[in-house]
Amino acid sequence: MSKKVLLNSKEIEIILHRLACQLIENHNDFSNTALIGLQPRGSFLAKRLASILTNDYHVKNIHLGLLDITFYRDDFRRRDEPLEATDTQIDFLIENKNVVLIDDVLFSGRSVRAGLTAIQSYGRPKNIELLVLIDRRFSRHLPIQPNYKGRQVDAIDKEKVIVHWKESHTKDGIYLENK
Amino acid sequence: MKQLSVEHLLGIKYLNKNDIDLIFETANHFKEVINRPIKKVPSLRDITIANLFFENSTRTKLSFELAEKRLSSDIINFSASQSSVKKGETLIDTVNNILAMKVDIVVMRHPNVGAGVFLSKHVDAKIINAGDGTHEHPTQALLDSYSIKEKLGSLKGKKIVIVGDVLHSRVALSNIFALKLQGAEVKVCGPTTLIPKHIESLGVKVETNIKKALEWCDVANVLRVQHERMDIKYFPSTREYTQLFGINNEILDNLGKKITIMHPGPINRGVEITSDVADSDQSIILNQVENGVAVRMAVIYLLAQQIKR
Repeated sequence: MSKKVLLNSKEIEIILHRLACQLIENHNDFSNTALIGLQPRGSFLAKRLASILTNDYHVKNIHLGLLDITFYRDDFRRRDEPLEATDTQIDFLIENKNVVLIDDVLFSGRSVRAGLTAIQSYGRPKNIELLVLIDRRFSRHLPIQPNYKGRQVDAIDKEKVIVHWKESHTKDGIYLENK
Repeated sequence: MKQLSVEHLLGIKYLNKNDIDLIFETANHFKEVINRPIKKVPSLRDITIANLFFENSTRTKLSFELAEKRLSSDIINFSASQSSVKKGETLIDTVNNILAMKVDIVVMRHPNVGAGVFLSKHVDAKIINAGDGTHEHPTQALLDSYSIKEKLGSLKGKKIVIVGDVLHSRVALSNIFALKLQGAEVKVCGPTTLIPKHIESLGVKVETNIKKALEWCDVANVLRVQHERMDIKYFPSTREYTQLFGINNEILDNLGKKITIMHPGPINRGVEITSDVADSDQSIILNQVENGVAVRMAVIYLLAQQIKR
């Protein structure tokens, strides 16, 4: 099994700052914007972006939520391993807000599809955008494209993109693994 | 792997501690779901559930039905009083006819002990016992434990007294199994005629003085006097029962501590519990009802997960 570094921690830091700036360009003061990290892995990215926006770009009052999509997935009863739910933490109303769904890797698009359905349980958003750190562009099962992307990766099916965050591993890093 | 160790929910005695933990963990997520503006998830869109009630029920039936709807399953309802059971059809025939309509899960309440176990051996569907005679009522015990855990943080070492008609109560038996499994201490309290013989063999203690029982406990789960199951007189009069075992504010105020009051419903107000106690801030009766939906959603979801396409 071979493992290749796609992005090191310095490169990730630069990309996160670029994504934060792109968000500011479109969402101004974020007063009507909600950043929603898709649980479990999108939450690391969402929290990191919220922290950069607050600490480095002095954006105040960011609405940050974490959304679990387990009960909206389309592979219930179709997997060998049972699905495991995580917490949803959205303590504000989504009604009429500009929502940015955030996930680390966009692969088939099925998680995002589930996220689009799940978020509607909290009201009717004004619009929904998608931000991903890694876009595996040739592997989509559904017509879903990101509005903001960190890096586009052309990986084949046998390869897997692994994302490490310093919050859960020792350091940030994105790797391409040959299964 | 996060899956139940059982294929059906027939009683708490078939579960282990991990099963209960998994059900509670899943119920936490569903409790969040049922407090959203849109209280529904699409997980069970291709699952059909039959609710077979061969005995009267209000809240259990409504709670199951709501839980099933919140999970987006299709539902058929059946109650014995309006069915061919009256014409002499057997249980297996009734259920097999319903299953021929492609039903995946059967929720059943039946007046006979062991009806769920019997059915699970003869039909090809997941069975959830919603009460079988005086035997078990597993989802009620699960929601009771869940509610205590929510209020007190944990069940380990907590002192729970089950008060009243223990003899005729499937809630009591399932509660004893569930509470012991989670490390709680359990006492039963009631007239000796309504306490089953040899109940100590389940690891519970017997107390016949309500004041002593309440002084000892952290939580009192008060049962209804089940007049409909009493073919003989178990106590001289309802009034005497209330005087000896009824819980009122005066008794609670003299305890010197605040205990939690529970009741599985329906309440005989003024018999086993007075209205001011049932409606007080010590009572978590309505929390039990809310938690019932979340816990039943968890049980149905976890069993449905095992049904392969």
